[in-house]
Amino acid sequence: MTLSTSSNFAKPDDAFRAIVEAHRGLSDAQSADLDAALVLILANHIGDIAVLHEAITLAKRRVIDAQQQQQQQQQQQQ
Amino acid sequence: MAQGGTEAATQSGAKTQFGYRRHADQDRAASDIAEHPVVVVGAGPVGLSLAIDLAQRGQNVVLLDDADRIGEGSRAICFSKRSLEYWDRLGVGDRMVDKGVVWSVGRIFHGPAELYQFNLLPEQGHKRPAFINLQQFYAEAYLVDRVEQLPGISLRWRNKVTALELRNDGVLVNIATPEGPYRLLAAYVIACDGARSSLRQMVGAEFAGQVFEDQFLIADVKMTAEFPTERWFWFDPPFHAGRSALLHKQPDDVWRIDLQLRPDADPAAEKRPENVRPRIARMLGHDKFEFEWISLYKFQCRRMDKFIHGRVIFAGDSAHQVSPFGARGANSGLEDAENLAWKLDRVLRKDSPESLLDSYHIERSAAADENIRESTRSTDFMAPNTAQEARLRKAVLALAKETEFGKRMVNGGRLSVPTVYESPLSTPDCDTWRGGPQPGTSMFDAPVDGRYLTDAFIEQGKRFTCLAFGNGGTVDLPKAIGMVRIGGEGGLADVEQSASARYDAGPGTAYLLRPDGYVAARFRHPTRSALDAALSRATGLNRVWP
Repeated sequence: MTLSTSSNFAKPDDAFRAIVEAHRGLSDAQSADLDAALVLILANHIGDIAVLHEAITLAKRRVIDAQQQQQQQQQQQQ
Repeated sequence: MAQGGTEAATQSGAKTQFGYRRHADQDRAASDIAEHPVVVVGAGPVGLSLAIDLAQRGQNVVLLDDADRIGEGSRAICFSKRSLEYWDRLGVGDRMVDKGVVWSVGRIFHGPAELYQFNLLPEQGHKRPAFINLQQFYAEAYLVDRVEQLPGISLRWRNKVTALELRNDGVLVNIATPEGPYRLLAAYVIACDGARSSLRQMVGAEFAGQVFEDQFLIADVKMTAEFPTERWFWFDPPFHAGRSALLHKQPDDVWRIDLQLRPDADPAAEKRPENVRPRIARMLGHDKFEFEWISLYKFQCRRMDKFIHGRVIFAGDSAHQVSPFGARGANSGLEDAENLAWKLDRVLRKDSPESLLDSYHIERSAAADENIRESTRSTDFMAPNTAQEARLRKAVLALAKETEFGKRMVNGGRLSVPTVYESPLSTPDCDTWRGGPQPGTSMFDAPVDGRYLTDAFIEQGKRFTCLAFGNGGTVDLPKAIGMVRIGGEGGLADVEQSASARYDAGPGTAYLLRPDGYVAARFRHPTRSALDAALSRATGLNRVWP
């Protein structure tokens, strides 16, 4: 199996909303705890290490891209 | 520090003090240096076992140790099923198990509550338990007793190797003794001289890896207690907030306690009995105990790049080091010994080319990598490196209370199991299998005829052995191969079909076992030519790797 990146929810807004609302009223630390638990629960549900690695790669690229963008902006400002 | 461990050993009849004795080799002229096929350096569990194995195969072995006594303190305590099966092959298994504390159940606690328990050997019909706990000095003492029964081994205490001169066809070994130096010429030197191996330095090998900052305190305490013979592991226990702790029973009413300390804890202060005592009293709920041994350690996970340097071969802690959580130190060293012994024996007899030894490095360095990976993961779980790692661990521990997957992710040490080799010596499967040990896997035990398959293997002489099931066509065996027949006419009774089930065997199925009990090849319906080819491959005669 490979990671599915097509839209899987009939109502994607509901899914996004559910996650957002789960974090409402939480401190940053509590939010981070919630995310950690959620990631572990969902990873286990997927139960496929190859898919998990793909998901991690995709997610991590966001972080790296954001970091690079930030660096470029800083350089432009200088 | 208390030295009760040694005393206890003496009381129980295990000899731990030995004397230096002059050997005739020391009287030889410089032009007439004694030559030996194998010199093993280091009389610890690995060196002793290797020497016994080689001697039982008919080799003469010189075994050197720089001390004249067995080390103090219990040090390694958990010996695995696989190690016990090896010691059975060396004739010391019963003694170890009779003295040891048998266990297979572990419990994990978080705070005051039990999270879950696991059984490492849930299945019946194995000769040996998942683990025994036994102080290392007992294991060494029993191995020394066995060595003394074997005329092929010359065990020389207070013989310290001071220099090695590597030659193409051997090694010139310089040795210091209380009566001055002498030299030996060895075809092979096996370095079993531990984590601080001086031989490793002599060959100029690097020993790089990861150092862990967290400190752990080991205390062996003597007390009578009602705790069951299980491995108990705590995360964040009430008696040791924020850290981890381990409690484990040894023979002679001795209990192993492992406490994780703060990274910045002062070693000298932490080690003082008056500081250790209140901590352990809080853990046990009383202070009616005596210290046997206290040790403080930090650990490293690392291995040598190459286990073979010319004619010097490294085995055990000298070649690889892991954290202690998982019982992967001594047990993996014993697996090294067993892997090396039969190969070296074949090479010395010229039954196999020297290149067979390369497979020792290939198989055992991969095993070392696996052990390092497992023990690093356990260590990182116990001592998270970052705030986010700590957060993930917290989530796992919390999820473990109500989910099965959470329990399985809690890592309080993954205990040693034999490595599956991806080996050039293995013949890949050509038939269809739904189970059973694939090539490169250590043989599975099973009850047969009122005893065990592992016994039947030993009776065949610990050589290449064909394990044949049912009334298949008569297998035409290559020469010098042992034979164990299960089921069918004249075969060992397959009690409740356990052996057939564990080996996914039907009538005619045959497994080719190596002298170390690993599966070299398996066939649904073996032919003579297929067995010959598998045997050539497994003995390095038909080298298929670069």
